[in-house]
Amino acid sequence: MAQLNAQGQPYEDDAPEPDAPVAAAQASTDAIDDLLAEIDGSLQVNAEQFVRSFVQKGGE
Amino acid sequence: MNPTDIPPPLEVEPARRIFGLETEFGLHLDAGPGRPVTPEEVAGHLFHSVVQWGRSSNVFLPNASRLYIDVGAHPEYATAECDTLTDLIASDKAGERIVHALIAGGEERLRAAGVDGTIHLYKNNTDSAGNSYGCHENYLVRRRADFKAFASALLPFLVTRQIVTGAGCITRTPSGAHYSFSPRADHMWEGMSSATTRSRPMINTRDEPHANAELYRRMHVIVGDSTMAEPTTLLKMGATDLVLRLMEARVPLPELTLAREMQAIRDVAHDLTGRATVELADGRRLTAVDVQQEYIDLVRGHLGGIVEPTEEVARILDLWQRGVDAVRTQDFTPVETELDWAIKHRLVTRYRSRLGCPLDDPRLARLELAFHDVSPQRGLFYRLQDQGLVRRIVSDADIERAVSTPPQSTRARLRGAFVERALAAGRDFTVDWVHLKISGSSGTTVLLKDPFRNEDARVDGLLEMLEHA
Repeated sequence: MAQLNAQGQPYEDDAPEPDAPVAAAQASTDAIDDLLAEIDGSLQVNAEQFVRSFVQKGGE
Repeated sequence: MNPTDIPPPLEVEPARRIFGLETEFGLHLDAGPGRPVTPEEVAGHLFHSVVQWGRSSNVFLPNASRLYIDVGAHPEYATAECDTLTDLIASDKAGERIVHALIAGGEERLRAAGVDGTIHLYKNNTDSAGNSYGCHENYLVRRRADFKAFASALLPFLVTRQIVTGAGCITRTPSGAHYSFSPRADHMWEGMSSATTRSRPMINTRDEPHANAELYRRMHVIVGDSTMAEPTTLLKMGATDLVLRLMEARVPLPELTLAREMQAIRDVAHDLTGRATVELADGRRLTAVDVQQEYIDLVRGHLGGIVEPTEEVARILDLWQRGVDAVRTQDFTPVETELDWAIKHRLVTRYRSRLGCPLDDPRLARLELAFHDVSPQRGLFYRLQDQGLVRRIVSDADIERAVSTPPQSTRARLRGAFVERALAAGRDFTVDWVHLKISGSSGTTVLLKDPFRNEDARVDGLLEMLEHA
């Protein structure tokens, strides 16, 4: 049984390890979704016209 | 030493190498309806302040790098000579800040010319019409008689490294869209040649070492994608350096000569599953994962011998292996904060599921451009990086220093000091990769043939002259 500290929470060391990366991955996916939600409006404005207007000559 | 004496070439450790990166930026004016504006006009306004102080749109900066407008009205930034990968990454990132700093002035001049618009600079490799522009890697190698054979031995590595170092892109075809490893792959026409714009080779063989030609040659690799994430740049340059080190030590490479390089580079680019095979000259068929694994194993076999096992080498090998494993297992999560194609793939996938649209939706193309936008505020890559969703190799302080300060351990230190002092003294001067000259002076041109040499009494003499000008 997990050892409990004064607040009744398991000590950090007792936390099951495999959860940590999964939680981190979920947190970063959430962060990406939040960022996309934030910029969604500006990306949608005339997206097609914006993209089409980016034409250059080849370089090198 | 008499200040006119040309110092002898330095004895240099085989592991020490000069690196350089040249980046052509995509230039995009987003303006409402009005008179048509050519890319040349936009580039002219963008570089107005450069021409003001440099009297040319082709200048060397106090950080010893070169800034100019290249063929096709692309702003181009070439880093100074770096002999460490961290200096190179800092200098490359400094270039993004330097070109970005030109935007406000360019927009202002456009407004004065009656055009109200926003200038975007993209560190990418293709525009919306399918034109391509490059990111060129330079590796100084020791000169040898069999350079063509030496360089062609690198081709199987270059064709397949895109599965780890590619920038990733949505490829649109008449039958639909798919996600590819490298936007550059479709624009390669041959393995090696001395041309660039007429016929794009993977390795440009023009013999232009910008150094003592008896000792050195430049391996000019032009097949790579421009990379945003610092770890991707580290892997792109670092893995290539490690393979070159073994080749220069005359280690026999595994027999991986490709039967048809141009077919192979396209087949690898368009298969995100990593299961497509390439045909070898000996008739075998291998996946890009197999080929890259051969190179990783080869380098590992020489750790502690030819390859000194530094922390940086360990970091490169670790990321290289994780990248290859990600493709092999189709689990991209272990590299989705480090490798450009995986970072972008995740972004495109999340946005697509949010919109519930097909992959060829223009809003996803718009997202791709936003990812490559060099603006620290507007650029999506920098928004991700600021949130800790992309790993770093250098610090913002390193990059800020590299904006104004040259790398200290190479010839760049001499050129940077010269440019800075000549500008401060208000003197006209001529400078290129190997020459320094104060115009109207006694006429002495200092020739700097050794890119490893960071001290030179002749340059001290020039600096002295500028001091008392």
